[in-house]
Amino acid sequence: MKRKYFNMKKITGAFLCLFLLIQGKAQETVYPAPAQKDAIALTNATIHIGNGQVIKNGTVVFSKGKITDVGASVSTSGAKVIDCKGKHIYPGLISPTTNLGLAEIDAVRATLDERELGDMNTNVRSIVAYNSDSKIIGTLRSNGILLANVVPQGGTISGSSSIVQLDAWNWEDAAYKMDNGIHFNMPQLSSGRGGRRGGGGFPGGFGAAAAGGDPAAAAFERIDKVRAFFKEAKAYYDEATHEHVNLKFEAIKGLFNKTQTFFVHTEGVKEMEVAVEFAKEFGFKTVIVGGNDSWKIADFLKDNNIAVILNQMHSIPLSADDDVDQPYKTPSQLQQAGVLFAISDTHAETRGRNLMFNAGVAAAYGLTKEQALQAITLSAAKILGIDDITGSLEKGKDANIVVSEGDILDPKSSKVTNAFIQGRTVNLDDHGKQLYERYKYKYGLK
Amino acid sequence: MRKLKLLLVGLSFVSFLQAQETFPVNGTADERTGNYAFTNATIVKDAQTTLQNATLVIKQGKIVGVNVAIPKDAVVIDCKGKFIYPSFIDLFSDYGVAPATTGQTTAVRGFGGGGGRQEAQTTSNTKGAYGWNQAIKAEVDASKEFTLNDAKAKELRTAGFGTVLSNLQDGIARGTATLVTLGSENENFQILKERASANYSFSKGSSTQDYPGSLMGTIALIRQTYLDAQWYKSKPATEGINLSLQAWNDNQSLPQIFDLGNDKWNALRADKIAKEFGVHYILKGGGEEYQRLDDIKATKASFILPLNFPQPPDVSDPNDVRSVSLSEMKNWEMAPSQPAMFEKAGIEFAITATGATDFLANLRKAIQNGLSETKALEGLTKIPATLIGVYDKVGSIDAGKVANFIITNGPIFKDSTIFFQNWVQGKKYSLKEDGWNDYRGDYTFTVNTKGTVKNYDVVLRGAPERITATLQAPGDSAKTNLTFTIAEKLVKIGWSSRADQGRQNNLSGVIGKDAWTGNGYMGNGDVITWKMVYKGEVPAEIRDTAAFAGGGNRGGGFPGGGARRTTASTQADVIYPFEGYGNKELPKQEDILIKNATVWTNEKEGNLENTDVLLKAGKIAKIGKGLSADGARVIDGTGKFLSAGVIDEHSHIAATGGINECTQAVTAEVRIADVINPDDIAIYRHLASGVTSEHILHGSCNPIGGQTQLIKLRWGKNAEDMKFANWDPFIKFALGENVKKSSSTANTRFPDTRMGVEQVYADAFQRAVDYQKMGPNKRKDLELEAISEILNKKRFITSHSYVQSEINMLMKVTARFGIQVNTFTHILEGYKVADKMKANGVAASTFSDWWAYKAEVQDAIAYNAAIMQKMGIVVAINSDDAEQATHLNQEAAKTIKYGDVPEKEAFKMATLNPATMLHVADRVGSIKVGKDADVVLWSDQPLSVYAKSLYTIVDGVVYFDREKDAAMEKQIAAERSRLIQKLLGERRTPGGAAPARGGRPRTDSDDDGDGID
Repeated sequence: MKRKYFNMKKITGAFLCLFLLIQGKAQETVYPAPAQKDAIALTNATIHIGNGQVIKNGTVVFSKGKITDVGASVSTSGAKVIDCKGKHIYPGLISPTTNLGLAEIDAVRATLDERELGDMNTNVRSIVAYNSDSKIIGTLRSNGILLANVVPQGGTISGSSSIVQLDAWNWEDAAYKMDNGIHFNMPQLSSGRGGRRGGGGFPGGFGAAAAGGDPAAAAFERIDKVRAFFKEAKAYYDEATHEHVNLKFEAIKGLFNKTQTFFVHTEGVKEMEVAVEFAKEFGFKTVIVGGNDSWKIADFLKDNNIAVILNQMHSIPLSADDDVDQPYKTPSQLQQAGVLFAISDTHAETRGRNLMFNAGVAAAYGLTKEQALQAITLSAAKILGIDDITGSLEKGKDANIVVSEGDILDPKSSKVTNAFIQGRTVNLDDHGKQLYERYKYKYGLK
Repeated sequence: MRKLKLLLVGLSFVSFLQAQETFPVNGTADERTGNYAFTNATIVKDAQTTLQNATLVIKQGKIVGVNVAIPKDAVVIDCKGKFIYPSFIDLFSDYGVAPATTGQTTAVRGFGGGGGRQEAQTTSNTKGAYGWNQAIKAEVDASKEFTLNDAKAKELRTAGFGTVLSNLQDGIARGTATLVTLGSENENFQILKERASANYSFSKGSSTQDYPGSLMGTIALIRQTYLDAQWYKSKPATEGINLSLQAWNDNQSLPQIFDLGNDKWNALRADKIAKEFGVHYILKGGGEEYQRLDDIKATKASFILPLNFPQPPDVSDPNDVRSVSLSEMKNWEMAPSQPAMFEKAGIEFAITATGATDFLANLRKAIQNGLSETKALEGLTKIPATLIGVYDKVGSIDAGKVANFIITNGPIFKDSTIFFQNWVQGKKYSLKEDGWNDYRGDYTFTVNTKGTVKNYDVVLRGAPERITATLQAPGDSAKTNLTFTIAEKLVKIGWSSRADQGRQNNLSGVIGKDAWTGNGYMGNGDVITWKMVYKGEVPAEIRDTAAFAGGGNRGGGFPGGGARRTTASTQADVIYPFEGYGNKELPKQEDILIKNATVWTNEKEGNLENTDVLLKAGKIAKIGKGLSADGARVIDGTGKFLSAGVIDEHSHIAATGGINECTQAVTAEVRIADVINPDDIAIYRHLASGVTSEHILHGSCNPIGGQTQLIKLRWGKNAEDMKFANWDPFIKFALGENVKKSSSTANTRFPDTRMGVEQVYADAFQRAVDYQKMGPNKRKDLELEAISEILNKKRFITSHSYVQSEINMLMKVTARFGIQVNTFTHILEGYKVADKMKANGVAASTFSDWWAYKAEVQDAIAYNAAIMQKMGIVVAINSDDAEQATHLNQEAAKTIKYGDVPEKEAFKMATLNPATMLHVADRVGSIKVGKDADVVLWSDQPLSVYAKSLYTIVDGVVYFDREKDAAMEKQIAAERSRLIQKLLGERRTPGGAAPARGGRPRTDSDDDGDGID
């Protein structure tokens, strides 16, 4: 027994050495990139600015983390030139709603940090639980997703989200914009019974109403509680000193001075209408997250200046009678109505790495490719309140840049070859690629 | 008063039935003959024979005859103006045998259970020498459970029933039903036949046992029980006494009644079992069978139809109505036509009251929707009696039969007709005596105030059961309305004429033979006596109308007065399937020439530009340039791409009643083929995405799951017609976290580890090996039969798998038994053992990029497919998900991104490769002459995220056409709008059907005696 054990150890040891030799860099040795030292110029590429504009055969130059020049003929002097001939350059993609870093393995409770107990968790902050070493992160980064809004769940108010950049040693490092918004789960106003037949069910967001009773009455009761809470919070701010500091009130000051966004998670028409009117009472800057039926009230949303973060296009229609392509068409319907919208990818099994392909689907069903791109770059930045520093390849903005061999929105050509976050040259290795290398080695594959 | 021949009061308390001889008499013997003659009646002997002015004679609970001599000792009842019908028979009742508590429903455990914290219950909790499964209650004998339930009997009598076939409606085999009459005393005399039928269902009812946990498990259990019962006849020593199987065998000689529940497709499922075992079921429908009438008719079965017409769904909120499907609205509109449609189709049916909140109202509604009165009556009398072989006892008014009949004031199916009395075994039960006596006419009304007599003229009019009246003072042309309340022989009269200056005169009295008399107070306080004497008739047009609005017929109708309106649904059509995207006419096979497309052949020819493909008789007939249409429909493929249809190796759509039979580690006996659901909207959505075939699998909750079914997406066809013909059957295996129930906090079902999983396989295979060696008289075991098929290479394994250890293990276990896994599905760590997989010749069907949703998929990588493909393994990309299947082409394209798989090979992963691993590549999966015409015309390069299916064709039938789809959306919107309008109208109609949230419809009868409506 002992001998056997010894042998095992030996074998394992030998194997480990071998492994390190081949791999060079296990997950643990994929280092977050150091700050940009030299100016870099990406040349000869098709540049998708993110605002709808495309520059053929153009160049992007960035230095000290900022974009210094973009155009068809710009000077590259002093910059390290990376020839991107035939390639496409995009702003770093932004995942506007995700549990990235809060949930590692859905089925393993111990790895989940996304849902706190309690109902009015305004003071709960996603950023402190963000695990910058999550293995999931690398698989998004290597697909060109460089920024993410990490959103907590649970309760009526889940807490505050923060925007992170996906190449960091720790959460402090990762923080791109902290506590950018407060997340409100709009109670459901009708029981929303699904179709009796298969496939007609209601996807996530249409949570069950209180068992029995009138769901609308229960919902309005909950909304009243939130209303009372906000009113007291507002009154609280009017007084500078407090006998008891209320952490829950302190946490949402930004909502009232509009430095924080009021994110309303909901899907149905009536819920959106009620939530928008509710938010107006307090003058919040409001964004709908989910918005499955937003296409039905696009004008209302436009008139009220409400932006929408849509769930992935790869969803099934709400009811059996719906247009089979409805989820694919919603973005173009919002676009036509002039509603500001972003596209998210919260798919639980692919872990959000298909953000750009969902945008691609929207492009197949009515958006132009540049509009679809905008929904995962500049529009997302606008909605998240970071468009002054990122979201497009414009002079002065952070050098958050992705280079792809082909159209990034189409899986058959979407291959990210380079990525830069704040000018830093990001390592595009990930868990999958490492195992790929390991077994290519085993089988002698090229 | 002219018809005042009231003999009946008091009779109902005395029974003519002789006390049972064996019972001691406490008091004086009171034997009677129960001899009655009903004269001057319209007697409807049966649906075909009506006799006018006829006499019915009964004695001791039996019919002596119609128009026979009236015995001297008979009590004569004048039935002038009355109708006599045989009372109704209900073949689907639980009267008198239903469990006392409602615990049954709470005990029912939904399908798909078996997980969670519960201790597994693997055998029956029934105590005694019964069978292993608690839901097989063949030994239950309803006659032994039967006790009178007067309240329920009264309810049934009021609806016109006299006889019911009663059964404990619990379990899959429900034992025997007993035929009873609805009298209110002495069980001994109510039972007409102790064991009148054997009953079955697909619902396990109160059984707390785990198995079966799904519809397919239920069907497997029924099948196995037929086999076991047959085997038990040989008195096998290894079984001992099994009273359940014994009873099952004994019950076979009885009429067999199968309760189908609510799923119309269950009719075909039960029929399949019937044909397999040579039995004949009478099928109790769920109410939606009309949606597949041709299929229903093909069963050649007789039916018991409920009149459980749906309540109108609430459509008042234009947003909430989004969750009311077109099929639900259409069903509301069309369900009342079901009996008429059965009649028209020539399908024999009986009618049951079970399930209808207001039976008579719904019966009349069915007639308004086209059911003939003849068929309605037959369905309530002769047919049910004949179906269970008791027409010699009940079902018509003929000599020798049980004296079960109802007396009404008119034809029973007329809205306003009142059921006065229901006679059960010659005993009268009053239902509604008001109106038995027709008091209408002209009367002299005399009021005597302290000797001062004043005469009025009073006219009684309206409906006999709801008299209204007017009073006219002598010399006064003004008429005053009288309120008139009659209760048996007592009468209350109230009025206030102008002279009373708002004060009310209140009188009461008794209805006598020659005169009505009584006393009371006048409005001014005078104490008076009164008298009213019949003068003569009034003209019919006055007699039949109420004296004032709001009176008259209102109370005479039946609740749920929506039936009164003519709601015949002329605009309604059945569509196939019965939902928004269904078609009135199924699309037909066509010869089609697709011209000038880029054809991705998946064959050695590769991708052919500017090429024509001719589809003929469901096959690919020609591939080439400049092909002649030769009469075929031409589709221009210029700028478009033609490919073989997408095939999904791993799908769970289009199955009903649960796709997991989790309750045992090995459930090889269950079959997805039994539970295909052709109505799943996912079928249409997948067609819209270019999918043409899907392999429908059992779930992954046990090591050996169930038998799978390959289907073609023939939208609108029935389950049998969807099946892929002549394919090699497969079975689902599963490994890892699901089968060891890792999500359960307290699993008690073996196995709990991957170590145990191996032993489950070794054990199952070994048992099958030994089973095959057993002699010819062995018990046929469907589980081991299926596993034997695997060992004999007649059935093939597709195994859910994740980590390399278990993949390796299963290849070794199967190899030990001389077989090999056909396909590893999911196989997310296949890349780690790709060399071993290649060596064993197994195929791989995987996800493109799913991972990190549970512990065993931490090492799942998107490069998996590429590595396996490079290692020479046949690789497919599967969905396992109704949404994922809508973009398998895009998923296959990811193998280019992740691992540089060549484009053509990538596309094969969604088409030819799954066909290969399913052994059907000789028929589908590529564009090749002679293969099935299962093709897709794409708008763009088929692997592109921008590609849409423009046409999806299966067997040369265009099942999806993007332009037609757009037109259908408009149609759906229009049809929804029409139905919403109709529903809104329904809700506005006073007395209309109740709102969806309501219980019983509101009744309009004014019984509070105030005489004011």
